[in-house]
Amino acid sequence: MIRFTFKRLMLMVLMLLGLLAITFTISHIVPADPAALAAGPDANVEMIERYRVEYGLDRPLAEQFLVYLGKLLSGDWGKSIHTTRPVWDDLVTYFPNTVELVVFSIAIAVLFGIPLGIVAAVNQNRPIDHVIRVLTVTGVAMPMFWLGLMAQLFFALKLGWFPLGGRIEMMTDPPQAITHLLLVDALLNGHFGTFVDALHHMVLPAVALCFPALASIIRVNRAEMLETLKQDYIVNARAQGLSTFRIVAVYALRNAMLPTMAMIGLRFGWMLGGTVLIETVFDWPGIGLYAVQAAISSDFEPIMGATIVLGFFFMLTNLLIDMIYGTLDPRVREQV
Amino acid sequence: MTDQPLLSVRDFRLEFDTFDGVYRAIDGVNFDLIPGESLGIVGETGCGKSVTAKSILGLVPTPPARVVSGQILYNGEDLLTVGEERLRALRGVEIAMIFQDPMTYLNPVFTIGQQLVDVILAHQRWRPSEQRLNRAQARDHAIDMLSRVHLPNPERQLDAYPHQLSGGMRQRVLIAQALSGNPRLLIADEPTTALDVTIQAQILDLIAELMGEFDLSVILISHDLGVVASLCQRVVVMYAGQVVEDASVTRLFSEPGHPYTQGLLKAVPHPGRAASTLSGIPGTLPNLYDPPAGCRFQSRCAHAMPMCTTVPPLYAVADGQRVACHLHAPEASRAGVA
Repeated sequence: MIRFTFKRLMLMVLMLLGLLAITFTISHIVPADPAALAAGPDANVEMIERYRVEYGLDRPLAEQFLVYLGKLLSGDWGKSIHTTRPVWDDLVTYFPNTVELVVFSIAIAVLFGIPLGIVAAVNQNRPIDHVIRVLTVTGVAMPMFWLGLMAQLFFALKLGWFPLGGRIEMMTDPPQAITHLLLVDALLNGHFGTFVDALHHMVLPAVALCFPALASIIRVNRAEMLETLKQDYIVNARAQGLSTFRIVAVYALRNAMLPTMAMIGLRFGWMLGGTVLIETVFDWPGIGLYAVQAAISSDFEPIMGATIVLGFFFMLTNLLIDMIYGTLDPRVREQV
Repeated sequence: MTDQPLLSVRDFRLEFDTFDGVYRAIDGVNFDLIPGESLGIVGETGCGKSVTAKSILGLVPTPPARVVSGQILYNGEDLLTVGEERLRALRGVEIAMIFQDPMTYLNPVFTIGQQLVDVILAHQRWRPSEQRLNRAQARDHAIDMLSRVHLPNPERQLDAYPHQLSGGMRQRVLIAQALSGNPRLLIADEPTTALDVTIQAQILDLIAELMGEFDLSVILISHDLGVVASLCQRVVVMYAGQVVEDASVTRLFSEPGHPYTQGLLKAVPHPGRAASTLSGIPGTLPNLYDPPAGCRFQSRCAHAMPMCTTVPPLYAVADGQRVACHLHAPEASRAGVA
C-alpha cells in the first residue's frame, strides 16, 4: 500500500506538470494581450512593449513556462487584476468555501444514493423502483441552477426555513482562521452559533448541488447491485442459509461498491470544478465564482492558480478512491 | 435404514416465462431418495437436472420460473409451499448444496474465514439457545470443518481470499461450508465438472468419505456417467425435463431400459475400443417452447411408434428399475392403445 501510494504521488507530480503546461499554453495563445491589459486602457504602444519586456512576455513560450514554474515553487502565484490581491491569498479565501460545500454535498449524495440504489435494485420493476427512477431522471435532467432557484423560491422565500444565500449572516464575526474551513474554524474557536449558522446557509446550495451526483450514484449502484445479485456467490450464500439482508447489505454491496466508488470519485472532482452555477445562485464565495470572474476579465494568473488547485484536489480524490478500492477488493491490493 | 423416503419429488412441473414464450423446462419429474442413499441424476446440459436440484432449496428465481404442479416432500413437508422463511431454516442445516464451479461460488472480496464463520453463525439462529456457538467457537468450528475436508493448514487458510486458492481447494472450502451445519442431505450439482481429472477423483473420494462421517444422503447431479457410477447406488436419467429411467447403477449399466439410456451408454468411449465404434444419438433436443406431445425423446428414437404421443408412465421393469418407455408396457395395455 505504501509503495502504491508513493508511486501514485510521483505520477501526480507528472500529471500536474502536464496540466500546467496545457493551461499555460492555452492561456497564452488566446487572442488577448496580457501586457496590454496590465498596462491599462490608456497605455501607448511603447508602454505596452515595456511591460512586455518587464514581465518576460517577449521571451519564447517554453522559457516563460519555466520562469512561471520557478515562481510557483517559490510561492509567488502572481496577482489577480480584478481583486488586486495575490492569487495565493484569494485561493486561500475562496477555495475552502467550495471544499466545504462540495464535501457536504457529496456526503448527502452518498448517504442517500447508496441505500436508494440498493432499494431500487432489490425491488426491481416494482413501484418503489419506478419512484426512485423518476428521482434519478429528474436529477440528471434538471439544470442545477434551476433546482437551486426553485429551492430558494420555495424553502427560503415561501417557507423561510433557510437563508436565501451567502456563506454566513452579514453581521457575524467570522472565527479566527485556522484551517480556513469556516465550519471547522467555528468549532475550533468554540463559536457554536456561527457553526450552526454556517451549516444552515449550506443546506440549500448543497442539496441543489448534490442532485446530479445523487442521481448517478443511485443509477450506478442500482445497476451494479442487480449485476452482483445474479452472481454465483450470491446463489451460494442463499443456499447456505444466510439472511436476505446480510446477502444484500454485505455480500452483494461490497462487490457493487467498487464501480460506485469510481463514480463517487468522478462526481466529486466534477463538482469541485462545477460549482460555479450554484455559487452564483446562492452568492457563495467559492472558487468557481472566483475563476469565472477571472476568466471574464482575462485575468490569467488566477485562472492558472485555480486550475492548479482544482487539478491537484481532483487527482488527490482519485488517489483516495483508488486506495479505498484496494481496501474493498483484495485482488486490486495484490496487483499494485 | 427405513424405506420412508427422506426426499420425494412428485409430478414436479416447472416453466419459465420468457420473452419467447413459455419454456417447459420440467415436465413431471418423479423420484424418491431414501435416507443414507446416494442418488445420481444424469442427463445432458439443459435437461432440467440442475433446475430440479435448485428447486429443492427454493433457489430458482420466481419469476421467471413458475411451479406448475407437483410436490417436493422433505420428511413429509412440501418444500414448494413452505415459504422462504422456512426454507432458510432448512438451508445448510437440513439440506445443503454445493455447486459446479468453485471459482465463482465464493465471494471474491471476503476471506475464507469470514465466509465460513458467517454461515456458521447464521445457522445458530435455528439451534436451541444453550447450544449456540459464539464467534470464537464458530471460528474453531470453521477450522475443524476445513481440516475435515483435508485442507492443509486450515488455520492459515481462514485468512486467505478465494483467488489465492486452487479450484480443488475452493471446492473443499465450499464442501466444508455446506457441511458446517451438519445437514442430512447434500445436493452436489456437478461438483467436479470444472476441475482437473485428478482433482475430480479426490473430490469424489472426499464426498464418499464424508457421507459416512456425517451420515449424509446425497443427490449427485452430473452429465458424466462415470462420476455417477463411482459414487452412487441409484441413478435417475433425465431427458428434456422428464425422468426417462430410474435404476440401480449396476442394473443401468448392464441392462439399460430406455432407448435414450442405451444411446448414452453407447456414446461413452472405452479404452481399447476403436473410436469409430463410438456412436452418438442422432437428432437434437426437442424445442421446449413447444414440446412434442407424449415422450420427448420420440423424434430421436429408433423405436418410435404411434403410442409414443401419449406420456409413458414409469413402468416397473425389474427389481428397482423403472423405465418411462412404452416398449416396456405390459403387452395388454400396449395392444389396447395401439
